[in-house]
Amino acid sequence: MEQITIDQVQKQLERFLNKDVYVHLETTNGAYASHNNDKAYNVGAFIRNAQVNYKHAKIVGSGNAFRVGLKLDIGWIYAEGLSQYEVDDNDRLLMAGHDREGRLMVALEISETPFTY
Amino acid sequence: MSFVEKHVVVIYPHPDDEAFGASGTITKFREQGVPVTYLCGTLGEMGRNMGNPTFANRETLPEVRKKELIDACKVLDVELKMLGYRDKTLEFESRDEIAEHLKGLIETIEPSLVITHYPGHAVHPDHDALGAAAIEAVKRIETNRRPNVWAQAISRNHLEELGEPDISIDISPFFKKKMQTILAHHSQAQGVLGSMNPETDDIEAIAKERLGNEQFYTWNF
Ligand SMILES: [Zn+2]
Repeated sequence: MEQITIDQVQKQLERFLNKDVYVHLETTNGAYASHNNDKAYNVGAFIRNAQVNYKHAKIVGSGNAFRVGLKLDIGWIYAEGLSQYEVDDNDRLLMAGHDREGRLMVALEISETPFTY
Repeated sequence: MSFVEKHVVVIYPHPDDEAFGASGTITKFREQGVPVTYLCGTLGEMGRNMGNPTFANRETLPEVRKKELIDACKVLDVELKMLGYRDKTLEFESRDEIAEHLKGLIETIEPSLVITHYPGHAVHPDHDALGAAAIEAVKRIETNRRPNVWAQAISRNHLEELGEPDISIDISPFFKKKMQTILAHHSQAQGVLGSMNPETDDIEAIAKERLGNEQFYTWNF
């Protein structure tokens, strides 16, 4: 993955406009957060292969912290803390944010074909 | 402590659980000529560690970890079976179905010992769920053919709640192999050992202290 630049990722987001696409959205602080630190909470959520069709998309932010919003007919998809992206061999747009140790904290991925499940 | 085992089956959900949890014990069995089979529940598809610096992403991680798992099992010289469940979802699957799946495999392999996580004391929901299913599977085997079970607890309060584990394996003679197995899980090892600096820290000394013994509770059916 490489560092996000708004121009590049904005173009990629627009590639999927008005198409039926599959989304993977995830955030996590790991299954061991409260094991390693009893003041911490385990929090996480993911949705894999949500089928959506978005009409409008925007990436905002700077430096190491970008936000992406996808506007749906009757709702939104939102991710915060993205810093890296990649267009993989299957033409999927993968975006993620990692902590200092390289651990994934948030991911938003868009594809025209389903993600493996 | 010495054992006479016919065959040992290790049941954990993630590639690397065998390395951190039982690779010393596994090595001890292998050096005695005991066959060991690792039934690995998932490919750790939802792991957070992507290497440091990152070299995997959410979509490449399953293949990366599958390769690491195969390499680790080569280091340990154990047979590997991947069970094909998905990381983080084991607790939501039917306990009954997983137990039947495992029971079929155990009845084919006919081990004398099964090693798994101690349900309720294994911290990660996948550990608890697969440990519970493994114990249920063994419970369903008729008593005269039933293998022993060693259950591994890693919760902070397991000593208070369960007492001292009755099985404690000093793995210091097998420590090199344990480190090799952990390091085979390249994408994950740094997440756990990564705070150490190989230039300045005596990694072996630190890891020996942290990972010096492998302990288990004999399950009472
Ligand atoms: Zn695990």
